[in-house]
Amino acid sequence: MQLTREARCAHTRGSAGLSPFTRTLLTLCLIAAPALAGVLPEDRADVLWHSYNGGDITIQGPSVLVRKKVGDNLSLSASYYEDMISSASIDVKLSASPYHETRKQESVGADYLHGKSTYSAGFITSKEPDYKANTSYFSVSQDMFGDLTTLTLGYRRGWDQVFRDIKTPQGVLENDPTFHQRADHRGYSLSLTQILTRNAILGFNYELLTDQGYLANPYREIRFLSPGQGRGFMLAEQVYPNTRTSNAASVQLKYYLPYRAALTGQYRFFHDTWGVLAHTVELDYTHPVWKHWIFDGSLRYYRQSAADFYSDLFPRANYQNFMGRDRELAAFHSYTLGAGASYQFAVPGVRWISKSSANVRVDHLMVDYSDFRNALLAGSYGAGNEPLYRLNANIFQVFVSIWF
Amino acid sequence: MGVSPVKLMRAVTAALLLAALAGCAAPTPWVKPYEREHFADPIMSFNRDPVSSTYLQHVFETREGAHGATGSVGGGCGCN
Repeated sequence: MQLTREARCAHTRGSAGLSPFTRTLLTLCLIAAPALAGVLPEDRADVLWHSYNGGDITIQGPSVLVRKKVGDNLSLSASYYEDMISSASIDVKLSASPYHETRKQESVGADYLHGKSTYSAGFITSKEPDYKANTSYFSVSQDMFGDLTTLTLGYRRGWDQVFRDIKTPQGVLENDPTFHQRADHRGYSLSLTQILTRNAILGFNYELLTDQGYLANPYREIRFLSPGQGRGFMLAEQVYPNTRTSNAASVQLKYYLPYRAALTGQYRFFHDTWGVLAHTVELDYTHPVWKHWIFDGSLRYYRQSAADFYSDLFPRANYQNFMGRDRELAAFHSYTLGAGASYQFAVPGVRWISKSSANVRVDHLMVDYSDFRNALLAGSYGAGNEPLYRLNANIFQVFVSIWF
Repeated sequence: MGVSPVKLMRAVTAALLLAALAGCAAPTPWVKPYEREHFADPIMSFNRDPVSSTYLQHVFETREGAHGATGSVGGGCGCN
């Protein structure tokens, strides 16, 4: 329903009892209702098979995403994603047993277009035998300045339940009845896309994230020096802070080259209250050739410092309040080289399909840790003198997309 | 230290007010609609294949300490 200018003013006056934030949000929603329309995402369906292989971990599975308009103003989406995991990683070998498990994720979403505003909401649920996560999100986008600028404000909330599997005397894995933890997540985001020239577009994203609850991995352990005993170290439970606040900001610049190709540069800054400081730089190049092919190439560089409470090897047990040895919180840098090819084709005799493509993408990830050592080699080198761990992984995707 | 919720609310409110004010006095678009044909080309999309980019983003997030500001929302998981 379109409100007249007088009705908008009356509505705004009537909201005088609301908080300043609510009043401002209402004002924006009402102002953002001009006659010209924005654009909803295209109707399309994608079926993907993914495979990750590296560090003695294999993860593969399908992913399906379908998006369809209902009428002129509403677009609905649904997705299914599965990870079939087979892990004998360095962490698993140190303090647990190799395992196989499946994670299934489903999501539904809706985008509603009203004038130049798009309201989006959705729900994502993920289930593993020992981890359940629900996430909901809501965002408002507004096209402005003659559609040169799009501003998006978003909010997301996540509720996780963390369990820990133990092996029964019969060798069956089941949830430890004494372990059931929770974690809550909130995210506040602001995004801006800006057309700069007839060939260049800029994207900016900022997100504030807060996490609260059990934030550690219940299977991983710290190690501390224990000279003369076993491998020269012993293992103990990780102790993480119960809260984490993170700030992330990214900027993307995309440029259309004169011979029909696109060059993208991206940078992301990240910092959190655990002391992790990270920089991500990425360059992507997209080049259509012949009539039906599009080729992509990318190079991504990532670097982070360690969390304040991270150590590969603590001097002794109970050395400090918080202690962690998750390698995701270690200092490291990584390079990812990627290449992809897309072939556009027509499906003969199927009129409701307007366009289709077959795609393949390969990425090679190389991670060099600065303070995470291969503790499995402590017997040969001595605790604390093992070689630094390196991870090489191949990531493979093949997918088919249709537009209808 | 992180940003407190009150400061965040103020920042968001200021951004909304600016956006609202900007909408009241929009400048003349310096790139005319008929000059934007390159942005209709799929190769100029920031997210040409969401099913692929979401997967790759998930791969990185589960192996790195940094997350967020990617322009899309991913679900939670115990994937480490």
